[in-house]
Amino acid sequence: MAVKRIGNRTIKFQNPPSIIGTSSIVGPKEGDGPLRSYFDLVLEDDTWGQKSFEKAEAKMQEEAIKLAIKNANLSVNDIHFLISGDLLSQIISSSYTAREIGIPYFGLYGACSTMTESMCLAAMIIEGGFADYVVCATSSHFSSAERQFRFPLEYGAQRKFSSQWTVTGAGATVLSANGQGPYITYITPGRIRDYGITDTSNMGAAMAPAAVDTLLNHFKDTGFTPMDYDLIISGDLGLIGRRIVIDMMKKEGYDLSENYTDSGIKIFDTVEQDTHAGASGCACSAVVFNGYVYKEMKKGTFNRVLVMSTGALHSTTSSLQGESIPGIAHAVTIEKSI
Amino acid sequence: MDNLTNKEYQEYVKKKVPKPDYLKNAIRAFFVGGTICLIGQIIRNSLFRFGFDEKAVATGTAIIMVFLGSLLTGLGIYDKIGKFGGAGATIPITGFANSIVASAMEYKREGYIFGVAARMFTIAGPVLVYGIGSSIVVGILYLIFTAGR
Repeated sequence: MAVKRIGNRTIKFQNPPSIIGTSSIVGPKEGDGPLRSYFDLVLEDDTWGQKSFEKAEAKMQEEAIKLAIKNANLSVNDIHFLISGDLLSQIISSSYTAREIGIPYFGLYGACSTMTESMCLAAMIIEGGFADYVVCATSSHFSSAERQFRFPLEYGAQRKFSSQWTVTGAGATVLSANGQGPYITYITPGRIRDYGITDTSNMGAAMAPAAVDTLLNHFKDTGFTPMDYDLIISGDLGLIGRRIVIDMMKKEGYDLSENYTDSGIKIFDTVEQDTHAGASGCACSAVVFNGYVYKEMKKGTFNRVLVMSTGALHSTTSSLQGESIPGIAHAVTIEKSI
Repeated sequence: MDNLTNKEYQEYVKKKVPKPDYLKNAIRAFFVGGTICLIGQIIRNSLFRFGFDEKAVATGTAIIMVFLGSLLTGLGIYDKIGKFGGAGATIPITGFANSIVASAMEYKREGYIFGVAARMFTIAGPVLVYGIGSSIVVGILYLIFTAGR
C-alpha cells in the first residue's frame, strides 16, 4: 500500500527531506541580468578556460556540485547518490561530471525539467531510507545547445519572437534526511502532454499544457489553492508559455495572476538583454531555484513555494521528421518549516 | 482542458505569438541587401577601371565579396548584420560565405575531417544541391526547346 500517495498523482512526504546546500554558477550574460546578486559564481568567460563549450558546461556542473556539497558542510564521500542530467546528446555533461565526482550516479534525461525531476527522485530515495544525502544537479550552455539544436554561432540568422535564450549555467541541490529546512513536502510528477506543437522555436507553447496538467492535479490532490503559495515558479515557459498557463488555469477556475512567474522571465531582462520570449535550458530553473528562490526562502521572503521545471522532450531528429514536441512538468512543494 | 483538441490549442497558440513586423523587416532587408549590392557594384566598376574584361570582372567581384563575407564572419560581425538585415544579408553571396565559414568555425573542435570539412556545408549544402539541380533542369529545358533550331 502506497501510504505516501495522496490523490491521483501527488506524494506527501512523512519525513520531508531537507535542502541543506545549494549552488548556482552562471555565464556572463546571466550575470548581467536582474538576478546577478543571487548567484554563487558569475563567469567572466563562458568557455571557463576550456577547449570546447561542452567541456566548459561539464566544468560548470562539476564545480556547482562541489560547491553545493561544500555549502552543505559535507564532503563528496558523504553523498550517497548523484542524480543529474543535461541537454547534450547522451547527457555527456552529466556523465563526464559524474566521472570526476566518483560517486554512484543516476543519469536523467528530462531536458529542461531535469532540476525538479531529479529532486522528485532524490526526495523519494531519501524518504524510502535508501540514502541520507543525495545531490541533484543539472547544467546547460547557450553555445553547446545552439550548436546541437540550432545554427552555428556566427551564422547570421534571425531569431523568432517566440524563441528563447538557453541559459549558460549549472545548479546543484543537496538533499538530506535530516536538516533545518527548507523541506520538500509534496511532489507531483508530471505526465507528457502533447498538443501537436511542432515549432521548436516556440517551446513555451509546447510545454504549457503539461504545466497546466501538473498544476491542476497538484491542486486537486493536495487541496491547496494558488494563494496557499507565496510563489509558484515554472521552469522555462517564457513570456508566451506563462501567458498560456495563466489563461488555461483561469478557465479551470484557478487565478494565477498574483503569484505565478517563470524562471525564464526572472533571469533576463528580456527587452534590455534581447532574449525574445525569455530564457530556457536545464540551468534556467536550476540557477533560479538554487540562487534566487532558495536564498529568498532562507531570508524568509517565501515560506511555501511550488517549483515546477518544464521540459520539451523532442530531439533534432524527431523535429526534422515533423514530430510534435512532448512536454512535461514536475512540481515540487518546498516549505521553509514544517 | 480534457476537451481541448490539438487543433484548438494550435489555433489558440497562434493568437498568443506576436506577429513579426514585416514592414520593418522588409525595409531593413532592403537597405542591408542594397548596401551589399552597392559595395559589389563599386568593386565591379573599379575592376573594369583596372582594365579587366567582363568575365574576369564577374569572377573577381564574386571572389572579393565572398572574401569580405568570410572575413566579417571570422571577425564576429556578419551574424550581427544578419540579425539586423535578415534576408537582405542572407541572400547575397556574402551570406552564402557566412553560412559556410560559420559552420566551418563552429565544428573545428570535431576535427578537420569530420568537423570542418564534413559539416562546412550543413547550411549551404541544400542551396548548392537545389541551386545546381535547378540550373541543370533549366539547361535541359533550354536544350529541348532550342534543339533543331
